[in-house]
Amino acid sequence: MSQFKKKRLNLLEEKMKLTRVNGKNNEVLLEIRNLKTYFPVLGGVFRKVIGYIKAVDDVSFSINKGEVFGLVGETGCGKSTIGKTLVRINNPTAGDIFYYDEESLSNGNKQRVKIALPKLNRKELIHYRSKIQMIFQDPYSSLNPRFTVGDIIEEPLIVQRGKNKENKDIVKDLLGKVGMSEEHIYRYPHEFSGGQRQRIGIARALSTNPELIIADEPVSALDVSVQAQVINLMQDLQDEFNVTYLFISHDLSVVRHIAHRIAVMYLGYIMEMGPAEEIYNNPLNPYTKVLLSAVPEGNPRKKAKKQPLRGEVPSSLNKPSGCPFHPRCPIARDICKKEDPLFEEKEKGVFVKCHFPGKF
Amino acid sequence: MGKKQKNELLKVKNLKTHFMIEEQKAKAVDGLDFHVFEGEFLGIVGESGSGKSVTALSVLRLIPDPPGKISSGKVIFRGRDLLGLSWEEMRKIRGNEISMIFQEPMTSLNPVFTVGVQIMEPLMIHRNMNKKEAREAAIQMLQKVGISSPELRVDDYPHQFSGGMNQRAMIAIALSCNPSLLIADEPTTALDVTVQAQILELMTEIKNKEKESAILLITHDLAVIAETCDRVMVMYGGKIQEVTSTINLFENPLHPYTKGLMDSIPSLTKKKKRLNAIPGNVPGILNLPPGCPFNPRCKHRMPVCEKSVPELLEVEKGHSVRCHLYNREG
Repeated sequence: MSQFKKKRLNLLEEKMKLTRVNGKNNEVLLEIRNLKTYFPVLGGVFRKVIGYIKAVDDVSFSINKGEVFGLVGETGCGKSTIGKTLVRINNPTAGDIFYYDEESLSNGNKQRVKIALPKLNRKELIHYRSKIQMIFQDPYSSLNPRFTVGDIIEEPLIVQRGKNKENKDIVKDLLGKVGMSEEHIYRYPHEFSGGQRQRIGIARALSTNPELIIADEPVSALDVSVQAQVINLMQDLQDEFNVTYLFISHDLSVVRHIAHRIAVMYLGYIMEMGPAEEIYNNPLNPYTKVLLSAVPEGNPRKKAKKQPLRGEVPSSLNKPSGCPFHPRCPIARDICKKEDPLFEEKEKGVFVKCHFPGKF
Repeated sequence: MGKKQKNELLKVKNLKTHFMIEEQKAKAVDGLDFHVFEGEFLGIVGESGSGKSVTALSVLRLIPDPPGKISSGKVIFRGRDLLGLSWEEMRKIRGNEISMIFQEPMTSLNPVFTVGVQIMEPLMIHRNMNKKEAREAAIQMLQKVGISSPELRVDDYPHQFSGGMNQRAMIAIALSCNPSLLIADEPTTALDVTVQAQILELMTEIKNKEKESAILLITHDLAVIAETCDRVMVMYGGKIQEVTSTINLFENPLHPYTKGLMDSIPSLTKKKKRLNAIPGNVPGILNLPPGCPFNPRCKHRMPVCEKSVPELLEVEKGHSVRCHLYNREG
């Protein structure tokens, strides 16, 4: 990294801290700095590493306590990989993930500590996984078909603190909280519909009383009428349990509904990040704008007057030079091919990665 | 749009498709009546298990038998009842006069044949082309659906294409014989929004070019309907619940289910405080409630709803609803 770029990055960090202070809730829960997750590609007779799929490439953002942070983008942009890296299903290749925790001191006071998640060993990690839980996309494959609903929800509790008589009560309580009844405890997942299974998944995530829930496309597999129920449930539970959500979805309307701040990803990079209202009303990056215009509006009188995006998403094995979006960008110029634009704050709280923000 | 063309291309009368599952009769499609005009873009919208895909498969007689069976009804296409045709005659219609686009392009293309061969197949069968002619036509079709350098891509296998390109190839196969009816079953559900926009644009373009052919679009997404269709049918529990023009459906929905569906969708342009979800779950077709299938979830439930299934009534011109709420006046 050049001296210049380092300097810019420090500046960026300063600015990010400032926005935190200016924001409604200035207590940061999770901070991600220059995160990179690469997957090696093996080839040839000797299965040598011939390249890397750069699923997440130099991503920085932070999530404040009590907010819903939306992560949107198309298939293969790296949004799910970020989620998985945060709970360390994947290990990051480079970069830092800091989790801000409270630790009780001997004198009864509480102290904020900063924990680097990638450096934790297995035992420590189990402890932190009780604070960061995940809800998965497909409620049909993420529940063990041989476990009863009670076993499924109890399992994280057993991992965290062993078998306990209280566990059953907690499970029953949780089932009620997610809108199911106690009698469901001895049933198996196949007896339930998609929406109910997703409720079970949510109850499982809540069982350890987490502070952060990573919801990876939690409503994508559900029917439209059931989708709304689950979204409402997630919002209610947030108020009740005071959890923070990282909400990953490809559905821009759903994210707009639920998220306070969003980040738009493309090819492993965050292209634009900021308050949801700001980004939806006034997108600065051409990619965000094109993406938003591609969503059907649901108004038959206003039929498409949009410029659909040409071409295909490039492979993350072989990324274009310069700005990752330049081969498909309607306003790309020479500089976009050569220089990778920095991820900078353009307006208050809005970060953009583009040479010509707001020009499209 | 769709006003002058009064010729009915397809007329479905009292179609019933039932499945025998574990000695129970699942009424996937139960007494369906609808028609498609020439040159029309008709949408069928519904949730999983509403019978929309079974409707499409019944029209083409692709229902797996057993367990499925079209137990009664008529599917009249250009004056002929498709249900009465022999298999030989049916094969001449499939992929030729009526063709279909399936939901998952990745799984519905054959992985061991090149895309080109798969586009050539219907041309060689129905149009009696030889290999060389068919290949030329296949390249033209690929060009038509917007695949760049088609003369090279024609020899690619499906795994070398992206999802959006595979769906384009599927459309090329479906359109290769100039069908008069194209049935698209959730053609964009597996695709990203930007690719979805491209595919929908392509389909609208095709419809505008081929004035006489009609498209039957099946989807669960009301916004996709709004973007493309002239007329919509809302299905629930194997029955049509509401039929009207797209504009009318969005501006004046009558059925409580349609209203509920519209309220439960988050909007991209307006921020809603809370979504008005429809309570309960979509019923499985094996245990549909008695009476109106929507009654356990309905806000306006009356005692009569649990007893009898309402009739599909034309409330105003070109707007029919199946609901007891609108039954009293009539």
